[in-house]
Amino acid sequence: MAVLVIAEHDNAHIKGATLNTVTAALACGGDVHVLVAGHNAGAAAAAAAQIAGVAKVLHADAEGLGHGLAENVAAQVLALAPSYSHLLFPATAAGKNVSPRVAALLDVGQISDATKVVSADTFERPIYAGNAIATVQSSDAVKVITVRTTGFDAAAATGGSAAVESVAAVAASPSSSYLGSEIAKNDRPELTAAKIIVSGGRAMGSSEKFNEVLTPLADKLGAALGASRAAVDAGYAPNDWQVGQTGKIVAPSLYIAAGISGAIQHLAGMKDSKVIVAINKDPEAPIFSVADYGLEADLFVAVPELVAAL
Amino acid sequence: MKVLVPVKRVVDYNVKVRVKSDGTGVDIANVKMSMNPFDEIAVEEAVRLKEKGVVTEIIAVSCGVTQCQETLRTAMAIGADRAILVESADELQPLAVAKLLKALVDKEQPGLIILGKQAIDDDCNQTGQMLAALAGLPQGAFASKVEVVDGKLQVTREIDGGSETLALSLPAVITTDLRLNEPRYVTLPNIMKAKKKPLEVFKPADLGVDVSSRIKTLSVTEPPKRGAGIKVPDVATLVAKLKNEAKVI
Repeated sequence: MAVLVIAEHDNAHIKGATLNTVTAALACGGDVHVLVAGHNAGAAAAAAAQIAGVAKVLHADAEGLGHGLAENVAAQVLALAPSYSHLLFPATAAGKNVSPRVAALLDVGQISDATKVVSADTFERPIYAGNAIATVQSSDAVKVITVRTTGFDAAAATGGSAAVESVAAVAASPSSSYLGSEIAKNDRPELTAAKIIVSGGRAMGSSEKFNEVLTPLADKLGAALGASRAAVDAGYAPNDWQVGQTGKIVAPSLYIAAGISGAIQHLAGMKDSKVIVAINKDPEAPIFSVADYGLEADLFVAVPELVAAL
Repeated sequence: MKVLVPVKRVVDYNVKVRVKSDGTGVDIANVKMSMNPFDEIAVEEAVRLKEKGVVTEIIAVSCGVTQCQETLRTAMAIGADRAILVESADELQPLAVAKLLKALVDKEQPGLIILGKQAIDDDCNQTGQMLAALAGLPQGAFASKVEVVDGKLQVTREIDGGSETLALSLPAVITTDLRLNEPRYVTLPNIMKAKKKPLEVFKPADLGVDVSSRIKTLSVTEPPKRGAGIKVPDVATLVAKLKNEAKVI
């Protein structure tokens, strides 16, 4: 049996999270097929066919699939499900939205945020904000899984030559419709894919200070900007910058935490980073317990010094 | 309109859990338990909708052990009108809970079901979506704003990169993001009043639901520990370490 990866895309490009999910799919065994469900998404389907390791791309195109509404995408996946042993979604906002809906319609359990494929039916996943790792085995005929992208390397985006096959699009559900969206404009690398992340917490004091102090450092390092929940709640940074159990899960090569105390919920989102640097005035801050390099200093002095020294 | 609000009793979010040495799970004996933080937000939203006159009755539901009654009393102290406990000593996975809730949706016919987006113990983020699927209802997951406009539910959802707004026909299922609201504190008089509110108890069998686990936990282990780090005295040393030792910049 083959494995189906449900691609995350914006109708023109395949998003990075799809590449990590393909790697997880290859570990499950069997041919890997990718579903691109969208509207005018031919470019995304063509891009999916280039991914190394992909055997076939299924392309469903209809207006109702254009905005990734859970009702329509789940129905589309369900229509294809009988041919597959595994259905894999990236554990992004979009994947988490649709995947449980598919599992329930198939009457199977779902495995969230898999970080490792042990065998075709056994997976590892973090629980309790990453404070424990559970090894779980699914007895269901079809395994429906969301894949934590930081747990798997990205498959090469080129080098593949899969055939693109059109599949019939399901009818759109009348119960839900898309009204609009607000997507933050951002020239920086995407947070979940960035090699370096500079993150600020409550100690930044205001959104002006946040930008004034951290932006030059991020610019210098070519880094993405992140934030703790405290900084987001206080309005210093936008919601989608939040790193943690309830925000983004990241694992960059370098994570610089400035003015972040290091609550359990924040650590859950970044403790798999390769190197963690903490800059904090408080020597007792829990962030120092996970930091490879800790600097006990006022960040308003230390960060500009760091920018100058780079 | 009636609202159903499922709530879960979980280990308090401030507790750092410990993995049992035999690898069977985490040690939750004698640990402080509380209502799942996302569920508090769900109850709060239901109460606000009632205060706006959109909602007439709020029913809090919990599935699990007898002690979940405490969680339901908390929900009633925040403002739920009555409560239902589906009592089961077995481990209840999201699919089983979604089926129990589906049975209650059939019975109570609510116009809206508000759940938390995820429970902070199993971190699954599944139950709301599964319930919506089983009940054949539209879903608004990770909601940061909810309004009823012209008989439709307008839901603003937190997505990667920003937010999006959907219109859902009612009845509908929504799950709460942290940013939906700030839950109120319960007051002593309301805690006393909550003790007098009705609480019904069912067994899964009464609702005709099979709650057997589909996913078996083979073992639970500690995550890999990070090697002890060092403190550096100044920025110059930090930069030198990052360049020469860690080689990340």
